[in-house]
Amino acid sequence: MNLLDIEDLWVRFPTRQGVFDAVRGVSFSLGRERLGIVGESGSGKSMTGRAILRLIRKPGIVEANYINLEGRDLLRLTEREMREVRGQQISMVMQDPKFSLNPVVTVGEQLMEAYLQHNSSPKARAQKMATEMLENVSIRDPERVMRAYPHEVSGGMGQRIMIAMMLIPNPKILIADEPTSALDVSVQRQVLNIMDGLVKERGMGLIFISHDLNLVSEFCDRVLIMYAGRIVEVCKADKLHQARHPYTQGLLNSLPRLDEKCTHLSVLTRDPSWSEAPSVRG
Amino acid sequence: MTALVINDLNVWFGLVHDRVAAVKGACFSVEQGESFGLVGESGSGKSTILRALTGLVPQWSGTIEVEGEALSGAKRDRRFFRTVQMVFQDPYASLHPRHTVDQVLSETLHLHGLNNIDKRVTELLNDVGLGQRFRFRYPHQLSGGQRQRVAIARALAGEPDILLLDEPTSALDVSVQAEVLNLLTDLRTLRRLTFLMVSHDLPVIGHMCERLAVMRNGEIVEVMSSETLRLGNPSHEYSKQLLSASVAPNQ
Repeated sequence: MNLLDIEDLWVRFPTRQGVFDAVRGVSFSLGRERLGIVGESGSGKSMTGRAILRLIRKPGIVEANYINLEGRDLLRLTEREMREVRGQQISMVMQDPKFSLNPVVTVGEQLMEAYLQHNSSPKARAQKMATEMLENVSIRDPERVMRAYPHEVSGGMGQRIMIAMMLIPNPKILIADEPTSALDVSVQRQVLNIMDGLVKERGMGLIFISHDLNLVSEFCDRVLIMYAGRIVEVCKADKLHQARHPYTQGLLNSLPRLDEKCTHLSVLTRDPSWSEAPSVRG
Repeated sequence: MTALVINDLNVWFGLVHDRVAAVKGACFSVEQGESFGLVGESGSGKSTILRALTGLVPQWSGTIEVEGEALSGAKRDRRFFRTVQMVFQDPYASLHPRHTVDQVLSETLHLHGLNNIDKRVTELLNDVGLGQRFRFRYPHQLSGGQRQRVAIARALAGEPDILLLDEPTSALDVSVQAEVLNLLTDLRTLRRLTFLMVSHDLPVIGHMCERLAVMRNGEIVEVMSSETLRLGNPSHEYSKQLLSASVAPNQ
């Protein structure tokens, strides 16, 4: 059975110039797999991720036929019930650890809070869980990191702390919104390997939102390519380089390559018909 | 002629037991008209070298020569800024949010002591492919790529010979990155610029630069040509690791 089914999802923002549609009728389902969503900024990929958790603030509007999490429609839940879903069932890792960790609270306290929020247990147990979780994300010397403030850890470590925090309640689905774009190439691999291991081990579903095509093709099972709020193409991740849609090809061609020398990179020429074609089911 | 010579450069922060060596004994030189790249992970000191050059770090030792003239301390005179200019990583943070593109560029031109400001602003905007309709916009009315073009225009205002590029495209989408990199390539041939470019993205450096230095923990571990990089045979172990981490398996 699918973990998540989404049918005809729209995200709208009313502006002075009329209603802006950020996501326009997207449908897809997620099993116990790693699903990548790629596209440029403004293509609606992050909005899709946020809409699933109902994190779109007013005046933004989220509409869908249904967003079913194992058969339960998230759109019909009250805000209180939704709070139970967030974190415990579906959790989200954001792009930049600098902005998603509280700067004036130690890492340990924040991790323990994530645990105590969903479990009523003694503090000592939470502390033990938090330390274990830090070890799981390959942080050496977790005791010291527990006492540290977010500004005292590096970006890669910060992101690993975020992942640890998100995994403490043991969610079914992890939404990772550009989790590695603020990190170095070498640290990127490390963080991805950790996420990959945890996802496999726990049988979680992963939605991996990124603008890095190579990374997604390597790391995910299936890829949705989004353009102007719609899915233009769905393909197997390892077949991404044989993608047929001109937009996907254009994105791939605009990457500089190490094996070929050229003076100018090819630039994407946009075709207005791409944004009018109906959304592909993923 | 050599545009830049850096010899035994050391940069450190903090005092006594808090002292952190950010750059240790860096040596390299950049010829006039060359494009030189610095790669490495964050914290490896690549940006710090640029900051030492432009006088943004208080303490450094060693020698830095720009077009044959040695620099000292953190003070730079007006002539230096007519020779060397920098483009920063984050176009969102490096433009004043309450100044229009016109204000940003005219102020820069004024500070460089140039005349004919109105005409020069027009030319600069055309050079970076923005055109006149962007002249009176605020940064929030521009996209990331357009903002980076404004930042490049500002750097070019004083007609410098050397451009320091600190991760100029890492905040941009791949499609926009291609446009900005093409623009930089064109400007380099047009204005005969020398580039010193910092990036953690090996393919970008391989595309833009003729030679590059690989940095780790503040030390330059290897200087090689981008040809060596393309053929995939760097000699140092760390460069090999870095290369294998950035080549996608399908390529």
